[in-house]
Amino acid sequence: MTDPLLSIRDLRLEGRTDGGWVPILKGINLDLARGEVLGLIGESGAGKSTLGLAAMGYVRDGTRFAGGSVTFDGRDLLKLPERARRKLRGDRIAYVAQSAAASFNPAHRLIDQYSEGPVLHGVMSRAKAEADARGLYAKMQLPDPDIIGLRYPHQVSGGQLQRAMTAMAMASRPDIIIFDEPTTALDVTTQIEVLGAIRDIVTEFDTAAIYITHDLAVVAQMADRIKVMRHGEEVEEAPTRQMLDAPQRDYTKSLLAVRDFRAEPAPAPTPQEVPILSATGVTAAYTGGVDVLHDVSFDIYPGRTLAVVGESGSGKSTMARVISGLLPPRAGDIRLTGDALPPKLADRSREQLRRVQMIYQMADTALNPRQTLREIVGRPARFYRGLGGRELEQETRQLLVDVELDPDEFIDRRPPELSGGQKQRVGILRALAAQPDLIICDEVTSALDQLVADGILRLLKRLQTERGLSFMFITHDIATVRAIADHVVVMHNGRVVEQGGKDEIFAPPHAPYTDLLLSSVPEMDPDWLTHRRGEMRT
Amino acid sequence: MNTLKLLRSAPPTAKFGMILIAIYAVIAILTPWIAPHGQAEIVGLEFEPWGGEFILGTDNLGRDMLSRMFYGIRNSVSIALATTILSFALGTVLGLMAATLGGWIDQLMSRLVDVLMAIPAILFALLLLTITGTGIPQMIAIIAVIEATRVFRLTRATAMNVAVMDFVEAARLRGEGTFWVIRREILPNITSPLIAEFGLRFCFVFLAISALSFLGLGIQPPTADLGAMVRDNAALITFGELVPLLPAAAIALLTVAVNFVVDWMLHRASGLKS
Repeated sequence: MTDPLLSIRDLRLEGRTDGGWVPILKGINLDLARGEVLGLIGESGAGKSTLGLAAMGYVRDGTRFAGGSVTFDGRDLLKLPERARRKLRGDRIAYVAQSAAASFNPAHRLIDQYSEGPVLHGVMSRAKAEADARGLYAKMQLPDPDIIGLRYPHQVSGGQLQRAMTAMAMASRPDIIIFDEPTTALDVTTQIEVLGAIRDIVTEFDTAAIYITHDLAVVAQMADRIKVMRHGEEVEEAPTRQMLDAPQRDYTKSLLAVRDFRAEPAPAPTPQEVPILSATGVTAAYTGGVDVLHDVSFDIYPGRTLAVVGESGSGKSTMARVISGLLPPRAGDIRLTGDALPPKLADRSREQLRRVQMIYQMADTALNPRQTLREIVGRPARFYRGLGGRELEQETRQLLVDVELDPDEFIDRRPPELSGGQKQRVGILRALAAQPDLIICDEVTSALDQLVADGILRLLKRLQTERGLSFMFITHDIATVRAIADHVVVMHNGRVVEQGGKDEIFAPPHAPYTDLLLSSVPEMDPDWLTHRRGEMRT
Repeated sequence: MNTLKLLRSAPPTAKFGMILIAIYAVIAILTPWIAPHGQAEIVGLEFEPWGGEFILGTDNLGRDMLSRMFYGIRNSVSIALATTILSFALGTVLGLMAATLGGWIDQLMSRLVDVLMAIPAILFALLLLTITGTGIPQMIAIIAVIEATRVFRLTRATAMNVAVMDFVEAARLRGEGTFWVIRREILPNITSPLIAEFGLRFCFVFLAISALSFLGLGIQPPTADLGAMVRDNAALITFGELVPLLPAAAIALLTVAVNFVVDWMLHRASGLKS
């Protein structure tokens, strides 16, 4: 590689903690040639985002450069004065953040925010910037490119917003764009459009890019080279195809294998078996709103896992609220082992409540940060089963052991002192402590890194086999469904589109929506996006 | 152990504030033993100068100024403290109920509070005191109710933020009662803003009592009180004497001290690093 555009050498970065400065990046080297796309991949906390920002000569509050160099176009960014660095940012190096919704100012129109950068940097006049914006909006395949810029951020969808943000980053035709997980928050069906649009525009303007993600299948579509990071260090780096075909390091291999987990499917229910939970013709609406669920019916059998799949807004979480009693349905009924379950939470008996438990997506908000694990886990056992004293202590410890947390170490900790995966394990424990028959898992793995999520899925499967639990697994992730489901319900716009055994659903023929959902899941094959978009056009 | 470490990590302003508060507390508690004379005792001529027999001179009736200051601090601080505690008991309980129960209960209480807050506090207090007649219990009750509206607002707002969290929903789904949800799930998460608010409210209550006493509607003579003492000696100001400023300074100093400590606590609660 002759004369790279961006060259990072032995970059070290530190973050401030109560105990002083700790290293975040431990000597990273990176080269990026003009027009090249580098994929950065690793679990959260690996230092990917920090490295992405450092490539612009920027550090977050509470972090500092501790050594090394970031050479952009012959100049060391770390040695430039802040003013000169700021001039480069947005002009020659641009940044696209994970959450476009949080990064746009909700009080200004898209096109005004677009023009701000180029006008400020003196690259274009305002009128020219706006004309340019319309051109780029068209290139990003946004609908009505001439007028979409007049809308405010909340008036366009998440996928459109992410594309508008990419267009904005392109405004001054930078040499490098840093994409920080631009599609992580999107549904698979939207993700594919955004990925395609980003790839087209980067190729067209021959822009170099650093693409940060934790999803290897996504990065396989986008990057020429992939760098795997862990704990602030480089694990390995190789051209995309070589990395996918022949990973060298164990960590990379485990990342590649993460989607291979397949639980042993439970046998199909016999006609004599009574479903643990059966929903019939459920129609529901939020107060004063239109129906968000239409005639939803399904059964969950003992010891089986029902997966409810669909994109956001499909009504899957609403269904969980109906079952848990938070939202009484307008029509239809829910039966628990054959007996009708009162629609309202307040009318349900303690025993009925005990039998259906829930695990939440965000363990951060699902666990009271002021309680110790002893209280969080012990409470359901005391509340439902009347345990107390030594018995309760023993039960709590045993439960911690069950989810592979050392009781001596963890029992007196509070949630803020746990990692994401540990928190989710505690969330599972709280449900388990009630000794339920059915656990509703609402996107329990979607906020976690893939390796951690994989561990949670295996744990849930083990607990199911040991205790004969039933799961209702709400997810938008097809890989999760493949891994753990026995029976699948596909939902779209509040209706059940298709349901059946896992093998039935995954084998053609599919309902058209199921087909779209399944074919939008990125595969490890670097040519997948190209093929897929070819198919979509025809 | 931990508290000691925490106190040591406090910034100089907060340390200064804490030391001052401690001094006020000691004075308030020990007044009957350390004051050289009684609060209503006439011991000398009117307006005797500083120094000599009476360290801070005497007031308009010839009472010892130093003893009056000690008693004034004792009376004002203890009444302000009682009032603040009462207003918090009222405000937090109702605020927590409004946030957790919601619906018409919340609507009713919130609108009532809006009405109370729409009337300027000091005018409202004057009006009510004219109706009930002056007296310490009346004054405590009236100021407590008025200040409780502010406490209600803060408690309701912070508790609302916690009440929508998944862990509160989880407790409800478990079948826990409202009282348990409030006490175990919500209250521990809003204590730090409430403690900070307690400090601030204390300052406002202290000022309100002093203002009412200055106007003659608060603590009645001959009981010593910082606000009334400013008024009693106000005539001296025209002669360039500093005596009336002493009780005023005592009020100001305590307010500043409490604010320093509260600032530090708020800063810690907000989680800002710098």
